[in-house]
Amino acid sequence: MNDSNAVTAETLVRASGITKTYRRGGESINVLSGLMLDVPRGDFLALMGPSGSGKSTLLNLIGGIDRATSGSIEFAGRRLEDMNESELARWRARHVGFIFQMHHLLPMLTAQDNVELPLLLTGFPGAERRRRAAAALKLVGLADRVKHKPAELSGGQEQRVGVARAIVTDPDILLCDEPTGDLDRKAGDAILDLLQALNGEHGKTIVMVTHDPHAAVRAKRTLYFDQGVLVTQAAM
Amino acid sequence: MFVNRILQILSVIRVSLGSLPERTGTALVATIGFAAVVLVFTGMLSIREGFEKVVQQNGSPDVAMAMRGGSTAELNSGVSLEASRIIGQEANVFHDDRGPVVSPEVLLVVDAPRRTTLSDSNVPFRGVTDRGFVIHDKVRIVEGRMYEEGKGEVIVGRQAAAQFAGLDVGRELRWSGFSWKVVGVFAANGGLEESEIWTDARTLQTAFDRGTYFQSVYIKLTGADTFQSFKDSVTTNPQLNVTVQRYDEYLHAQTEFLSAFVAIAGGVIALLMGLGAVFGAINAMYAAVSSRALEIATLRALGFGRLPVLISVMAEAMVLGIAGGVLGGIVAWIAFDGFQTSTLNWASFSQVAFQFAVTPSLLVQGTALALLLGLFGGLLPAVRAARLPIAEALRGH
Repeated sequence: MNDSNAVTAETLVRASGITKTYRRGGESINVLSGLMLDVPRGDFLALMGPSGSGKSTLLNLIGGIDRATSGSIEFAGRRLEDMNESELARWRARHVGFIFQMHHLLPMLTAQDNVELPLLLTGFPGAERRRRAAAALKLVGLADRVKHKPAELSGGQEQRVGVARAIVTDPDILLCDEPTGDLDRKAGDAILDLLQALNGEHGKTIVMVTHDPHAAVRAKRTLYFDQGVLVTQAAM
Repeated sequence: MFVNRILQILSVIRVSLGSLPERTGTALVATIGFAAVVLVFTGMLSIREGFEKVVQQNGSPDVAMAMRGGSTAELNSGVSLEASRIIGQEANVFHDDRGPVVSPEVLLVVDAPRRTTLSDSNVPFRGVTDRGFVIHDKVRIVEGRMYEEGKGEVIVGRQAAAQFAGLDVGRELRWSGFSWKVVGVFAANGGLEESEIWTDARTLQTAFDRGTYFQSVYIKLTGADTFQSFKDSVTTNPQLNVTVQRYDEYLHAQTEFLSAFVAIAGGVIALLMGLGAVFGAINAMYAAVSSRALEIATLRALGFGRLPVLISVMAEAMVLGIAGGVLGGIVAWIAFDGFQTSTLNWASFSQVAFQFAVTPSLLVQGTALALLLGLFGGLLPAVRAARLPIAEALRGH
């Protein structure tokens, strides 16, 4: 489904012939089969499809937290499969922001500390880390919750801290796995508003896995998966 | 960059330790396992420490000791009065205003019932001359008075008085058909002498039909550095058939058997228990890694490398080790330190009363052992944590 064989300046992610096979009890399960995909810089892409269709697996492969069985993923022209574990970890810290369905905040840390965590990988001095974490929390509307621990926040607030943590290092791409899946409609809408603003006003490239058509319509385009292959593409 | 890496590691350790309260059960099991090892290890070695402390307390490098040639302990030695006089005439013997400081001494063992079990045990019974109190200068009467020579009076070391029945001041005892009256209790700076009964040598020789023979001769030298020339002179004197050694070295040799026995027994028990504790810790840390899988995967997804994760799990295991070590040390200190007992001194076949000594050095050793066990216990789980498949862990598999 890619538009061209060359990685253009506008193409941030290119997946070429991606296959992912899991082995469960001696049985091979193909989750992705020869997938081709380009994600242009500045895109807001929604991935939809039934459970087990491979959309979250693709997100993990793009984020470098899983490896394809075959095929290649290039990120700004750099092949992820050529990187070892340490290089991938450094690359993730620099280029990727993850937003998870269950936010995965560390419960013993305050909102400020949770957001500051990825900055420890950047080399910024302490004062700068604190300033950036505070700015990220302010951007998501939680300037007054910096000292709160996750247990003291609502689900929507926790996810907003998750968004702040994802954007604090100013990554090239945000990978969101069901970011509104655990939220009520109002809180979910607030998160989607944030994502739209990050994409529209700050130019962040976003890939979002969702089951929710209400969330998918916020993206610029939506890809539908079924049994490991892309079946349709819709532009909003 | 280096500082940054340290910061990363510290942050992951902080996260790891911060989640400990959520794993109280498994952490407690591991900690108690470590504590039990340290308790046994420290308890066993406190026997050695206490025993060595008592036996070696009053040793002095400027005091020499002569026994019959080939003897390794006083009880199987015999030195004549004549020999002791010849030794006193040797060069390098210290003289005070009353002449050479030489103390020929009689030593034998008598039966006395333990206060706790009332079973008879061997108690050393030593006969000394008045010069003996110059050599054994730590001896002080702490209750009653000094014996009078020729009257069948004895003074009793305070450890012996505490351990054995009938050794109280005013009591009369019968040994070898003679009646002996306890007239005083003495202290000797916590040393070996406190496990003995003392009287004058001549009375003891008469009562036990020892003629004019002694078991040993103690000699105060003009200095510690004159020992070798004194020894050479005495051992090459054709009138004498004696073996000479420094008093402190003799005492050290007295502790070797028990010290080695306790060290080996303690070491074997600690090793076996340590293995158990390591397996316990491995289980606990595997459980910790399992319950922290999501947290670890999140950190890895954010870009933290495998090394900080590995170190954080090791650090947690070592913290549990230290906690166990401190707990075990405290319990050992409360339970054992100062515990009064006595044991057979294999060198003299008599009882030595001593106190278990849980020393600061033992506590440090115990904690270091627990730290080491924590290190071993954390190693495999740490490797598993570092190799955790991130995507699977994030899915909760």
